[in-house]
Amino acid sequence: MDTPRTIHRNWKEYQKEIADDHFYYARSCIRQNFFPGSETAYLNILRNDLSLDVYDDPKHTTCTGIGYHTDIVPLETTMTVIARQFALMTEAGYENFLPSCVTSFGLYVEILDMWEHFPELEEKARENLYKATKREFNKPKNLVHTSDLIFHYREKIAENAKYSFVDVKTGQPLKGVEHIGCHYAKIFPSKGIGGSEFPYVLAGMIESWGGTVVDYPERRHCCGFGFRNYLVMANRGYSVANSKKKFESMAPYKPNFIVGNCPGCAMFLDRWQYTIGEMEHKTYGPNGRGIPVLTYEEMTGLVLGYSPWDLGLQMHQVPVEPLLDKMGIPYNAEEKYLGINGKNLGKPQLPQNCVL
Amino acid sequence: MKWGYTISQPRAINLDTNDYRLSNWVLNNEPSLLRCFGCGSCTATCTAGNLTSFNFRKLHHALRLGEYTRIKEEVSKCMLCGKCRLVCPRGVNTRNVVVSIQKAIKEYEAIL
Amino acid sequence: MKGKHVTIIGGGPAGMQAASQLSELGIEVLLIEKDNKLGGKLNQWDRLFPDQTPSMTLLKELQNAIEKSKVTIRLNTEVQKISNLTHGFDILLNAEETQHSDAVLLTTGFELFDARLKEEYGYGTYPNVITSSDLEKLFREGQPLTTAEGRTPSKIAFLHCVGSRDEKVGQFHCSRVCCITGVKQAIEVKQALPECEVYNFYMDMRMFGAGYEELYREAQEKWGITFIRGRISEAALNQENRIQIKAEDTLAGRPVRLSVDLLVLLVGMTASPCNKALAATSGAELRSNGFFNPVDPFNHSVESAIPGLYFAGTCTAPRNIGETLMEAGSAALKIHKFLLQND
Repeated sequence: MDTPRTIHRNWKEYQKEIADDHFYYARSCIRQNFFPGSETAYLNILRNDLSLDVYDDPKHTTCTGIGYHTDIVPLETTMTVIARQFALMTEAGYENFLPSCVTSFGLYVEILDMWEHFPELEEKARENLYKATKREFNKPKNLVHTSDLIFHYREKIAENAKYSFVDVKTGQPLKGVEHIGCHYAKIFPSKGIGGSEFPYVLAGMIESWGGTVVDYPERRHCCGFGFRNYLVMANRGYSVANSKKKFESMAPYKPNFIVGNCPGCAMFLDRWQYTIGEMEHKTYGPNGRGIPVLTYEEMTGLVLGYSPWDLGLQMHQVPVEPLLDKMGIPYNAEEKYLGINGKNLGKPQLPQNCVL
Repeated sequence: MKWGYTISQPRAINLDTNDYRLSNWVLNNEPSLLRCFGCGSCTATCTAGNLTSFNFRKLHHALRLGEYTRIKEEVSKCMLCGKCRLVCPRGVNTRNVVVSIQKAIKEYEAIL
Repeated sequence: MKGKHVTIIGGGPAGMQAASQLSELGIEVLLIEKDNKLGGKLNQWDRLFPDQTPSMTLLKELQNAIEKSKVTIRLNTEVQKISNLTHGFDILLNAEETQHSDAVLLTTGFELFDARLKEEYGYGTYPNVITSSDLEKLFREGQPLTTAEGRTPSKIAFLHCVGSRDEKVGQFHCSRVCCITGVKQAIEVKQALPECEVYNFYMDMRMFGAGYEELYREAQEKWGITFIRGRISEAALNQENRIQIKAEDTLAGRPVRLSVDLLVLLVGMTASPCNKALAATSGAELRSNGFFNPVDPFNHSVESAIPGLYFAGTCTAPRNIGETLMEAGSAALKIHKFLLQND
């Protein structure tokens, strides 16, 4: 056994196979609503910056994840829907499945694992799918979460980076808090880069692009989404309390930004800062402001020089300008609330009890 | 603004920040309490506990953790009958523990 | 007993004890040890429970007995194969040499659980998370008890059952000795650093040996060690480089949070990895946890189902040293009887 007083990089023990090219892309239900621009940016990065072949199929549907985790959609239905997604992938001539959502990714992994242990369930799903749609499917050869692919190409992205996570005034690396989301690796640690205890998928991006990662005590704690916790209004206090626990734990490290893996987490880590600010008059960033929250697509887009407003950063609750200033990314404040056609989107109402 | 919910408070006991002065005073006054291993015999035999929510095991346990919420109200439920002392396998002078807690509460009223 | 030969595989306390006793009975003994010295895990320990006897005292006693005997010792030797013949056994040593014996005694001992497998405790990641074995090493080398950064700790927590009673790491069994080790080491920490606050997180306190419960009571009463019934779920680093612990106090029914300077993991016993090959080639039975399975746990606890093949010590299950030494004596007598009957 190694001596205990040396630091190991245990995340390296959790590696997964990530295909290099040719992916069937499955969109997230909620990412495009919460962070419009993220998925478009992702496809542009893959196709234009990394020259990859990605098939964006209008025929696919929800994975049923939210319905499944709130006990609304039965398992059999979920399996059949997922069987259909795989059938669409097979029909399109692809073998690598690329879901753009941690909930979906977790669910696909879970279903594939169930089929491995209970082949009769897979048979049933095949039968149900055939009866309903006359479709047949192959299981994906490679199941890759969208952030895994960015991780895979992080050094290539670093080579083409226009900006990095370095404070342009001080030359010091910027500090990032990463949050991989429970369903990315907590259910099946071996399917996530770094597993659940040494999450490295986002940390690897931050480090490759010049920043440092904050290892704070509540790093592995849930964002609080918890499906039912959020969806039932009376339970939302639990949801906020979990995000709050994370903010309280990370704030002393003075992070410059938070990056989320999962559409839900990024949403709650951003929006709950506003809620806590309004309800308790408390904010966690410097000068009474919030801590900017990015999705990893937005983070990658910023590094590659995409316009913050094209990425949709104006739709965030916590303003991202302090981070843009630190990274030296130019932006036109006047254009913040203009749509792609130049049309004014309207300014959001400012919080009453906090600055953000 | 009407939110429809409030932010839940953490339930965790924070052993780093809790104030142990009251607890330590009781332990000093009745060191046999250190020997307790939480078997619950005291509570099983408790006369007051048969009729009310009084629970000596929990009361002592909370005290040792520096958790004093409702301690004043709880300790007042004891009738000092001493049955708990008869059954304690570790020979804790439970009756003096109750008396000590009452004294300590007066001493440290401010931290309750 | 002239001309009878016994090979003992494993030169820890069990092997040493049985070797000298069989030799005294006039039997030719070959004692095989894979390491470069005899004594096994005794070499890594500083003091023994429950009375803090220096482990060197016991080791010297066992060594003296061996030195006085006619036992042949082979260090740096590994056994790959035990062939079960009509008369006796052929034992393959270092993959090249064959030793014939009339009987074989397996004293292959145990391995310490690799604490890195419990990733949530951060052993191997956070330098201030150490194992009970690491703590013994510090004591044994006479090093001051400090954090990795050289600070004197003001709070230390012990966690019981690391790699024991845990099906998540395939360890269903109780390792038995860790409870009392935790109590012993907690007291030793207090002896070294009286100002240090010491916490033990446990699921059950299994004080099965003579003097153990009394030591537990002493830990509470004399040393003021805090025992919290609950298993730590996660250790993380806080801003002061201290270990932040999450657990439930199951008696209070509430989560607890605590930060400490050192977290000591009381690692359990796992089966020796060499058991598999020895069992497969000799026909000896293994339990599902990889320890050897004797004929029964009562009057035949040192016997395998194979005539002439015996066990002693922790190769069959976690035991303390006293039990191990007694089993070794018992196995020596059984082997003696077996050799007489087959003379």
